[in-house]
Amino acid sequence: MSAEFYYGVEVFLNGLMAGVMYSLVALGFVLIFKASGIFNYAQGVMALFAAMTLVGLQTGQVPFSHLINATFGVHITHFGWELPALVAIFLTVLVMILFAFLVERLVLKHLVNQEPIILFMATIGLAYFMEGFGDLMWGSDIKKLDVGIPQGGNVWVENHTAFLGGDDFYGFYLDTLDIIAALVAIVLVTVLVLFSQYTKTGRALRAVADDHQAALSVGISLRTIWVIVWSIAGFVALVAGIMWGSKSGVQFSLSLIALKALPVLMLGGFTSIPGAIVGGLIIGVGEKMFDFLIGSPYLGGATENWFAYVLALLFLVFRPQGLFGEKIIERV
Amino acid sequence: MLYREAGDFKTSYAEDNQTFPIKFDRYAYYLLLVAAFGVVPFFINDYWANAVLVPFLIYAIATIGLNILIGYCGQLSLGTGGFMAVGAFASYKLMTAFPEVSIIVHILLAGGITALVGMAFGLPSLRIKGFYLAVATLAAQFFLVWLFNRVPWFYNYSASGQISAPERSVFGINVTGPNVDAWAQYMVCLVFVFASAWLARNLTRGTMGRSWMAIRDMDIAAEIIGVNPLKAKLTAFAVSSFFIGIAGALLFTVYLGAAEVGEAFGIQKSFLVLFMVIIGGLGSIFGSFAGAAFMVLLPVLLKNVLVGGMNWPTDVAAHFQFVIVGALIIAFLILEPHGLAQLWRVAKEKLRLWPFPH
Amino acid sequence: MNTMTENSTVGYVTDDGRQIGGTIMEMKNITLRFGGVVAIENISFDIHEGEIRAIIGPNGAGKSSMLNVISGFYHPQEGEVWFNGKKRPSMKPFEVAEQGIARTFQNIALFKGMTTLDNIMTGRLTKMKTGMLSQAIWWGKAAKEEEEHRQKVEEIIDFLEIQAIRKTPVGRLPYGLQKRVELGRALAAEPKLLLLDEPMAGMNVEEKEDMSRFILDVNDEFGTTIALIEHDMGVVMDISDRVVVMDYGKKIGDGTPSEVLANQEVIDAYLGVSHD
Repeated sequence: MSAEFYYGVEVFLNGLMAGVMYSLVALGFVLIFKASGIFNYAQGVMALFAAMTLVGLQTGQVPFSHLINATFGVHITHFGWELPALVAIFLTVLVMILFAFLVERLVLKHLVNQEPIILFMATIGLAYFMEGFGDLMWGSDIKKLDVGIPQGGNVWVENHTAFLGGDDFYGFYLDTLDIIAALVAIVLVTVLVLFSQYTKTGRALRAVADDHQAALSVGISLRTIWVIVWSIAGFVALVAGIMWGSKSGVQFSLSLIALKALPVLMLGGFTSIPGAIVGGLIIGVGEKMFDFLIGSPYLGGATENWFAYVLALLFLVFRPQGLFGEKIIERV
Repeated sequence: MLYREAGDFKTSYAEDNQTFPIKFDRYAYYLLLVAAFGVVPFFINDYWANAVLVPFLIYAIATIGLNILIGYCGQLSLGTGGFMAVGAFASYKLMTAFPEVSIIVHILLAGGITALVGMAFGLPSLRIKGFYLAVATLAAQFFLVWLFNRVPWFYNYSASGQISAPERSVFGINVTGPNVDAWAQYMVCLVFVFASAWLARNLTRGTMGRSWMAIRDMDIAAEIIGVNPLKAKLTAFAVSSFFIGIAGALLFTVYLGAAEVGEAFGIQKSFLVLFMVIIGGLGSIFGSFAGAAFMVLLPVLLKNVLVGGMNWPTDVAAHFQFVIVGALIIAFLILEPHGLAQLWRVAKEKLRLWPFPH
Repeated sequence: MNTMTENSTVGYVTDDGRQIGGTIMEMKNITLRFGGVVAIENISFDIHEGEIRAIIGPNGAGKSSMLNVISGFYHPQEGEVWFNGKKRPSMKPFEVAEQGIARTFQNIALFKGMTTLDNIMTGRLTKMKTGMLSQAIWWGKAAKEEEEHRQKVEEIIDFLEIQAIRKTPVGRLPYGLQKRVELGRALAAEPKLLLLDEPMAGMNVEEKEDMSRFILDVNDEFGTTIALIEHDMGVVMDISDRVVVMDYGKKIGDGTPSEVLANQEVIDAYLGVSHD
C-alpha cells in the first residue's frame, strides 16, 4: 500500500473526528427543533457564549469590564482568583440554565404559534444579541480554553498503527482531543436517548415534540418543557464549546460551526438524533475527502467552506425529508 | 386632521389602482421626489454622501430585491451577500473588458447576470421550502464567495485578490474612481433607486405580484387555482437577484471603489439586508426604504452617541450595536412583524383623527 | 325521472325541469393508494354539463382524495380521468386549473395576507396573459388588462354581496365571509367545472341557507357545472341533481337523491349495520 493511501485513510479518520464535532452541535439543534419546532440559529453562538463564560469564570475575569472601564474611567480586568475547571463548568451550566429561562420568558413566550420562518428569524436576532452581549461581557479577544483535556498527536494510536505500512509510515496521526471529543459525544448521545426514552420528563418532551396542543391538553407545561430543552441545548452547546474551544481557541469563528451543523441537519433530518450523528460523520468525512481528492489538487483548495452546503443542497433536491425523516404527504 | 383621505372619491378602476390613491400621499411623494432630485444634490457633502445617503440608496435597492423574494414570494434567502458579489464581479469584468461601453449598461448587465445566477440557485426552491431553502441559499453564499476568492480570472489575476473600479464617467462626469464628486455618486444611485422602486411597485401590484403572494400565503392552494409554482418562484428569484445584483454592482463601483470578496460580500451582508427587510416590513416597498435607512443610520447614530458622546472605545460600541440590533430584530418580530411600514400606517390612522380623539 | 345509459353523452332533464347537457367529466376505475393504504378503490362516475353533482360519505371515505384527484393534486395509480371528451394525461394542478377546473377547500385556503379583491383577482390568473416586461412598465397592455379583469371581479363581488370588504385583508374576516370569498376566487376563473369541498362545513343554519342559494345561483346564472362534497344530508338532497356515495374508498351508491336514499348499502353506511 502506498503512503498516499495511508494518508487518505488518515484524512478519512480526521474527517470522522471533525464529523463528531459537527454532530455535537447538530444535536443541540435537533433537541430544540423536536421540542418546539424552532430552528435555533443561535445554537452556534450559544456554544461560543458558553465557552467564553467558562473561560471568563475560570480565569476570574470581571464581567463587562470594558464597559465599566469606559463608563467610570477605571482599569479593572480580573478579580484576581482562578476557579478550578469543574467549578467553572458547573457555574457555566447554571448560567446556561438562566439563559434558557430568560429566552423562554422574553422571546419564546411571545412567539407561540408564529410561523416557523418568523421563529427562525427571531433566533438570528437572538444570535446577534448573544454575540454582542458575550463580547461586551467578556471581551472579543481570542481566549485560550484549558480544562485539562490533553492535546496533540496520540502516541498510542501512532505506535499501534505503524506496523500497517512500510518503513516510511509512522502510524496514523490522530489528536487525543478529537478522540476524547468523540467519546464524550457518544456518551452524551447515549445519555440523551436514555433520558428521552425512560424518564417522565423525556416522555413529556416527546409528547410536546409530537403535538403541542395535545401535550397541553394532558397537562404538560409547555413552558417548563421549553426551559428544560433550552437548558439541555445550552449544556450541549457548552460541551461543543469546550471541545472546539480547547482545539482552536475561543473566538468568533466558533459560532460559524453552527452554520456547518445546518447541512448536517439537512442530511440527517431535523428530528432524528441518529440522523444528526450520521449526518455529521458524512459531512465531516465528505468535506475532508473531497478537499483531499478533488478540491486541493484541482480546485485551488479551501473547498471545505462550501462543500457541506452544496452536498446538502443536492441531497435535499432528491430526498427532501433527509436520511431518516419520514416521507411527507401533503394535504389540502 | 393633518392627514386626510375623506372626500377623495374615485370614478374609475384605473384611479383606484394607482400607487398613491390618496391625494395627500401623492403630493407628499411628488414633494419628496423634487427634494431628492432637485435640492439634495446642491447641498450634499462628502460626509453625508459616504456615511449616510449613498449606502442608504444602494441598500434600499438590495432590500427591495430581497423583499420581493422574502416579503412577497415567501422564499427565505441567506445568499444576498453572494448575489451582490456576483453583481460586483460581473460589473468589474465587464468594465475592464469593454471600457468603451457606458457603465450604466454594465451595471444593468451585471443585474441581468445576477438574475441568471439567482435563478440557478432558486431551482431547489421547487422541491424544498422554508428554512431548508434558507440553508440551500447558504450554499450559494459560501460557494460564490469561494469562487470569487479562488478563481483568479474573476479578479483579473491581481496580486492582492482585490478588485478595484476603474474611472468611468456618465455624460462627462466621473461616477467611479478616485476623482468623483459626492453629488455625482448620489445622483447615479438615486436614479437607480427610483427606477428600481418603480419597477418593483409595478411588478408587485399586477398578476406577477399576486402569483408571488399566493405562493407565499399558501403554495398548495396557489398551484391548484392556477399559479405555476416554477414560474412564480423562478421569476421571484430572477427579479430579486436582478435588483440585488445592481445593488452589488453599485456598492462596488460607486461606493467602495475597491473590494475584497470575503470582506465586502460575506455572510454578514446577507444578514444585514435581511434585517433591513424585517425591520422595514415584509412585503412593502416603502418598508424597504425605511429598513435600509434605519440600519444605515443606527450605526452612525450609535457611533456619535457612544464614541463621540460617551467616549466609549470603538470596539465596545460595535459590540453594543450587535446587542441593539439583535434585540430590535426580536422586538420587531414579536411586536410588529410588518415592521416600520406598519408603524407608519398606524401613525397615519392616528394623524387622520388628530387632534380630536375620535 | 330520467333514464341514462352508462357513459352517456346525451343529457337528461331533471325533476324540476332543467335540461342537463352531456358528460363533461368522467372518472374511470380510479384507484389511489398512499403506501399500503388504499384511499380510493376502483371508482367510476361521471359528471354532466350543468348539473350539481354531490359526493357524500362518512369521514375517511375518500371524498376529499377524489376531489384532489380531479384537481390533479393526487395522481391515481390506476384509472383514467376524462375531461371534455378527452383523456387527460398526468397533469400538474395548475395545468388542470388552466383547463377550466376551479375549486374551494375544506379548510379555507385563502391567501391571508392579501385583500379580498386581490384574492379574487388571483382567481383570474389563468386568464391574464400580459408578459413580465409589460407589467414592469405598467403601460398600455398590462394596465388595461388589469382594469378589464377588475371589472369582471367587481361583478363577482356584487354577486356575492361582499362589496364592503373589498379592501380588507382576508385574514381578518369572519369564517362565513372567508368561505364566500373563497367561492368568489373560484368563480373568478369562470370555470367549466367547479369543485366545492364542504362549502358549508362549520356554518350555522342561516349561513348554510345563504351558501346554498349562492351555489344554486351560480349553477343557474352562469350554467356552471358543480361537484361538491357535503356532510349535511338535508342540504345535499335539496340542491344536488345526482349523488355519488362513498364508503371506505369504495362507491356504494350513485343516482338521484331519492334513489340513493332508498339504497340499503347507503343506509347501512350512515346508520350502521347490526352484525348478527
